[in-house]
Amino acid sequence: MNWAWTNLDLIWDRTIDHLILSVPPIILSFVIALPLGWLANRYRLSRGVILTASGLLYAIPSFPMFIVLPALVGTTLRSPLNLVIALTIYGVALMVRVVADGLASVDVDVQRSAVAVGFSTWTNFWQVELPLAGPVLLAGLRVVAVSTVSLATVGAVIGAQSLGSLFTDGFQRGIQAEIIAGIVATVLLALLLDGALVAAGRIALPWTRLRKTSKVETAT
Amino acid sequence: MIEFRSVSKQFPDGTLAVDDFSLTIPSHRTTVLVGSSGSGKTTLLRMINRMVDPTSGAIEIDDVDIASLEPVKLRRSIGYVMQNSGLLPHRKVVDNVATVPLLRGVPRKTARADALALLDTVGLDRALADRYPSQLSGGQQQRVGVARGLAVNPNILLMDEPFGAVDPIVRAELQQELIRLQTELGKTVVFVTHDVDEAFLLGDQVVILQEGGRIAQIGSPADILANPANDFVASFVGADRGKRALHVERSDGRDVLVDSDGRLAGVLVGDAVPGQARVTP
Amino acid sequence: MTIFGAAIAWILDAANYTGAGAIPGRVLEHLGFTFLTLVVASAIAIPFGFAIGHTGRGRGLAVAVSGGLRAIPTLGLLTLVALWIGIGLGAPYVALTVLAIPPILAGAYAGFEAIDRGAIDAARAVGMSEAQILGQVEIPLGLPLLIGGLRSAALQVVATATLAAYVADFGLGRYLFSGLKTRDYAQMLGGSILVVVLALALEGIFAMIQRIVVPRGVATSRLPVDRARSARPRPGMESAITKGNR
Repeated sequence: MNWAWTNLDLIWDRTIDHLILSVPPIILSFVIALPLGWLANRYRLSRGVILTASGLLYAIPSFPMFIVLPALVGTTLRSPLNLVIALTIYGVALMVRVVADGLASVDVDVQRSAVAVGFSTWTNFWQVELPLAGPVLLAGLRVVAVSTVSLATVGAVIGAQSLGSLFTDGFQRGIQAEIIAGIVATVLLALLLDGALVAAGRIALPWTRLRKTSKVETAT
Repeated sequence: MIEFRSVSKQFPDGTLAVDDFSLTIPSHRTTVLVGSSGSGKTTLLRMINRMVDPTSGAIEIDDVDIASLEPVKLRRSIGYVMQNSGLLPHRKVVDNVATVPLLRGVPRKTARADALALLDTVGLDRALADRYPSQLSGGQQQRVGVARGLAVNPNILLMDEPFGAVDPIVRAELQQELIRLQTELGKTVVFVTHDVDEAFLLGDQVVILQEGGRIAQIGSPADILANPANDFVASFVGADRGKRALHVERSDGRDVLVDSDGRLAGVLVGDAVPGQARVTP
Repeated sequence: MTIFGAAIAWILDAANYTGAGAIPGRVLEHLGFTFLTLVVASAIAIPFGFAIGHTGRGRGLAVAVSGGLRAIPTLGLLTLVALWIGIGLGAPYVALTVLAIPPILAGAYAGFEAIDRGAIDAARAVGMSEAQILGQVEIPLGLPLLIGGLRSAALQVVATATLAAYVADFGLGRYLFSGLKTRDYAQMLGGSILVVVLALALEGIFAMIQRIVVPRGVATSRLPVDRARSARPRPGMESAITKGNR
């Protein structure tokens, strides 16, 4: 672990690079997936189209995706923007299904009564559906965060700097400690972002904290 | 004859579901265990086919301690009907009914033919035989469940709130069907319910349970209604109020029965016959 | 679109179909590797998954281990194992088998957990032995989710096998890396297109299998009601299966 102590600066720099690559996609995928997921949940036709498309996008391996994107949208191969776009695509692909499922999981009776007491579609979405789908959305976003942080390391093979650079560099120079440091840092970063999301959830969804754990039903 | 001898059951989480329970269940009769949740009624039922083993005490069927029997074999000789039917969703109705005979090695052809005959017995159209359970209504599913329970022609039929999940009209139908079946077949039926009306309707012997499987009273429905053993039983069966607390009033020269809320409950059509407490509703 | 034109031309170039590193050979390597990895990972994960699903024990541990494995970046694991056991196919096999286990494991036990407890309870109550419950009830009813687990494992392996060309001379990933090195964008893009097509084809095939293995009778009962009373609670099951890293 001597390597890690003597190279703390390097690890720190790569961590910052990594954050720049992974935080925007996490936020963007949530923002973009919301309307798409709502649409997917709302109409049968749009559901089929949107969910199939996101499933296929998610099936595309990341390394080829990084290479194909510049040809499609004109980004430079090694630019952070190229990676941010690719990671956002994966995040949206994952999150759209979560949003659709989350909205579908909202109790029909609650929705009906909201409509019955006079909520419009718009206010119903913001004040009823979205908060009630909140726990599901949060769980989905946590998955997006962890997988984005992990995926961002792949950018290193095309030369985009991130914690993944510690893998390629460590491999080429034969330094195991560097690779291990990279893995540990990536996992810690993922845990950190995950924890931040959990904390944000506790603030945004205060009622979920109060849920009592229901007693296990014993057979009568 | 099924006998419980000082049976207790403590679950691993510490719950004492049944405490020192003794009971004799006569053959060819319907015995109903009735109680609210936590009374241990389902646990008691599931002990009879060793789905649950008692912590202490013994259960005997025809003087054989069932602890000495192999559970799987024992279960295949006892019919079991549960709430929500418990049918296998990936098997057609006829195959569901034939499940246990097939397990016992009955040839497929015979088992299917028997299963079709059983559909008649429980009042189901044979056209439903090739449907999947999900394509049936709740009431139909329960009938299939009963047919499956009867498939090995067992002496004992265990029924765990079998009609609890269907609507009241279908429930009434199924109850009448069971009464008809029982007069034909004369099985030893052990029936669990939380519904006192159902217990009184179906039971030859009714066992009213309190928490922990404590027996509050055993008897025929008439015994229990006429002489509730204590306040708990009286209030549980509602003998002191509503439609069970009837009195006679004269109206237009006839005796009519009126309940405690003043609602008309029926007409008295004959003089009281000793030992027969049935009222035309 | 001239870049894509060049990539297509590269894919169709007859010179890429003969000699060492020809396209058909690379495709076969890639597929063979994926297949073998899935077989080995399944041989390990499925028995454990079935045991967890059947007994309901060890689920917490499985979730924790799977979650931990999943948080580890694939490229890191790949390079680390390569340093340990040397350049060549050994490292990718080990690394990818490890990565393929969590989704298959999750699919296996989640498939069992999604079954209506009442059906299993009734099967036991009418006298099915544990082996019969497993073979006649749990495996057939749990199969769709198991295939779902295999599906996400396959996608992950195909994707990571591309990266494995970084530490071994094999598979379609070679085209991407050699193109990167020589700044031959046509080759890089052509190789990428091949990988994407391969991945989508696999996705399609698995989607089809998954549909086929849904038992008749279950397919007609996909009602919200049935889902609502399914089994033990299974938080995070969905994510355990769909989530993967490449």
